[in-house]
Amino acid sequence: MLELEDIQHYLLTRPHATIAQYNFITFRSAEAGRNWVNALSDLVGTAKTVMAANETDMRWVSLAFTFNGLRKLGLDEDSLATFPEPFKQGMAARAQMLGDTGPNHPDNWEDKITSEDLHAVVILFARDKAERERCIKQHDEYLKKNPGVEILSSLLIEAVPPLEYVHEHFGYRDRITTPVIEGMGIEATPGSHAPSKPGEFFLGYPDDEGVIPMQPQPEILSKNGSFLGYRKIREHVGAFRDFLKANGKTHEEQELVAAKIMGRWRKTGAPLVLCPEKDDRELGFDNMRNNNFDYEKMDPHGYACPVTSHIRRMNVRDTKVSRIMNRRLIIRRGGTYGPYLPDDAPDDGANRGIAVFGGCTNLARQFEFLISVWANDPEFMELNERDPFAGSIDGPFEMTIPKRPIKKKLKGLNAFTTVTGGAYFFLPGIKGLKYLASLK
Amino acid sequence: MSNNSKNGWSTPAALAIPKEGYFKKEDGRYGPLFPKTPANYGFTIICKVKPGRAEIIRNHGNTIQKAITESPSFLAPLKLHYLRWVLFDGDTRFMYQGIFDTDFDKYTEDAVDLFSLSGLTTVFENLEGFPEDWKTNKEAFVKFVRDHQCPSFLEYGEYPYVSSDEIKKALKLKDAFSEMLDQMQ
Repeated sequence: MLELEDIQHYLLTRPHATIAQYNFITFRSAEAGRNWVNALSDLVGTAKTVMAANETDMRWVSLAFTFNGLRKLGLDEDSLATFPEPFKQGMAARAQMLGDTGPNHPDNWEDKITSEDLHAVVILFARDKAERERCIKQHDEYLKKNPGVEILSSLLIEAVPPLEYVHEHFGYRDRITTPVIEGMGIEATPGSHAPSKPGEFFLGYPDDEGVIPMQPQPEILSKNGSFLGYRKIREHVGAFRDFLKANGKTHEEQELVAAKIMGRWRKTGAPLVLCPEKDDRELGFDNMRNNNFDYEKMDPHGYACPVTSHIRRMNVRDTKVSRIMNRRLIIRRGGTYGPYLPDDAPDDGANRGIAVFGGCTNLARQFEFLISVWANDPEFMELNERDPFAGSIDGPFEMTIPKRPIKKKLKGLNAFTTVTGGAYFFLPGIKGLKYLASLK
Repeated sequence: MSNNSKNGWSTPAALAIPKEGYFKKEDGRYGPLFPKTPANYGFTIICKVKPGRAEIIRNHGNTIQKAITESPSFLAPLKLHYLRWVLFDGDTRFMYQGIFDTDFDKYTEDAVDLFSLSGLTTVFENLEGFPEDWKTNKEAFVKFVRDHQCPSFLEYGEYPYVSSDEIKKALKLKDAFSEMLDQMQ
C-alpha cells in the first residue's frame, strides 16, 4: 500500500486548481537552500491531505530538485552516484538521443532552464487568480527574507477558454487517458491499461515485474519519491490553423484533418477508431466507452486512425506489445501557458503552449523511451515521420493518412510545435524533503 | 551513414565499420549507438561459459523452441530477422547473434524483459560475469550485454536495409496476387 502521508500529492491527485505557477529556483548557498526546503516542506500537500481536502485547504505546494540541486544542498558524492544516469546528466545533455534537434535544440530553450544553476522547481497551485497572487506574494516575501534563494524564471499556467472542457491551445480535449495505480481504489476504464504496480511511479515499491528495483541512496531520501521529466512545448496556433485550412476546404473537412493527426476528435476526444466519419460528443465524454478500442483488430491499416497519429504513436494498444507498453507509462501533469488566441483571430506571435511534467520511476525506460522512440523515431512504422505534436519537427510537417485506394499525404509549411524547454527533477517524499533540509 | 542504399534493395551492399563499431560517436540511452548497416541492426555477444555449464545452455534450445511454438509472436516487439545461438571452442564459449530492424539501444528494456520471460536468463546465469542481482539491477544486466558486444568490422546485405516488415508485406502481396490470378481463371 502506498504511504499516502509521505508522498507529495502532485502525481496522485489533482487539487481543485485552475491556475499554477512554476518557479525555477537557484540556491546561492547550501544553507539558504536547506532553509527554503525546510520552510516550504510544511506547506507541501501530501497525497493524503489533498485527496481529502475541501476547497479551503491551500497546501498545494510541490517541490522537486535537479541533480545539481541535490549536490548544492549538500548530498554526499557517494549518494549522488547512486542516482540514475539520465538524471545526473540532465535533459539538455541527452538532446541528441531524445531527438531535440534544429529549432528544438536546448541552445534555444527558454526560462534559463538549461542553466547549471537550476536547482529546484516549486509548483504553486491556486484555485483562482486571487489565491495565486496570495501564494506568489507569500513565496516572494519569504525569498526577500532569504536572499540566498532566487527565482531564475517563472511560468504561469492557466487554463485556456472555453473552460467547459480541458484542452490546449490547438483546442484538443486533454486528460482522457491516465494511468491507474493498483490499490488506489480506482478502476481502470474499459480499454485502458491494466492498473500499474506502485513501483512504476513511486520509488521503493514493487514495479510491474514484481521486484523493487535498486533505489538511489539513502533510502529515506528516495522512498516515496519519483522522477519528473519536464517539457515545455510552444504551440504555433496560426501555423496549425493554416495547416488545417490548407488540407481541408470546409469546416467539417478541417475538423477531420485535426482528428486524423490526433486520433481523436478535437472538441470531444471521441476516438476515430469508434467514430471515423463524424464526431460523437456523447461517446467522447463517456469514460466507459472512449478508451474501449484497439487497433490490431478494429483498424489494422489505420484507415480510421492513422498509424502516426499522436494517440496511436504514444499508446500502441497492440496486444503483442501491451505487456511492454505497461512499462512505458508516465503520469502527466501540467497545463497551458500563454494567452488564448480566439478562433477567428490572426496569430499575434505570442508565446503560448504547454508545460508538462511526466512522472515515473525510471526516466530511461519510461520518459526517454516515449520521447526518443514513439515521438521522435522516424523509423517508427517505417513512415519516416515524427509525432505531429510531441515530436521535434525540424522542417515542413508531413503525415501519411492511410486511405483507399491509396494513401494520402497531409502537408504543412511549418511544424506547429517547438520544444522550448526541458529538465529532469527528483520529487522526494516528505521524509525525503526533511532529510534534504537536515543535511549538514 | 545513410540508412538507405542509394540504389535501393536490388543492389547488394557492403559496409566496412571502424574498430569502435560506429562512425561518429552518438550516445543513446545506454551508451554509444551502433549504426544501421546493409545487414540492418544487430548484435554479437560473446561470453565465456562457466565450467561444466555448456549442457544446460545447449538444452535450453528446446525450451526456446517450445516457447516460440506456443506463442509465435513472443519476440515480435524486437522486429527481428534472425537469432543465432552458438557454443564453440569446445563448449567453453557462447555466442548470441541477432539481426533486427530496431536500434538495440531503443529496445534494450524490451529485450532484457523478453530475455527474462523466455528464460534466457537461465542461459546468462551460466555465463561468467553475469550480475547475480540482475533481477533488481537492470542497469547491470544492460552493462553485461554491452560489455560483451563485439561490433562487426564488415557487414553485407544481398538486399540491403530491407526490414522484415517489408519482406513480410512483399510476401503477403505475392500471395494475394497469386490468389487473385487463381480467382480470375
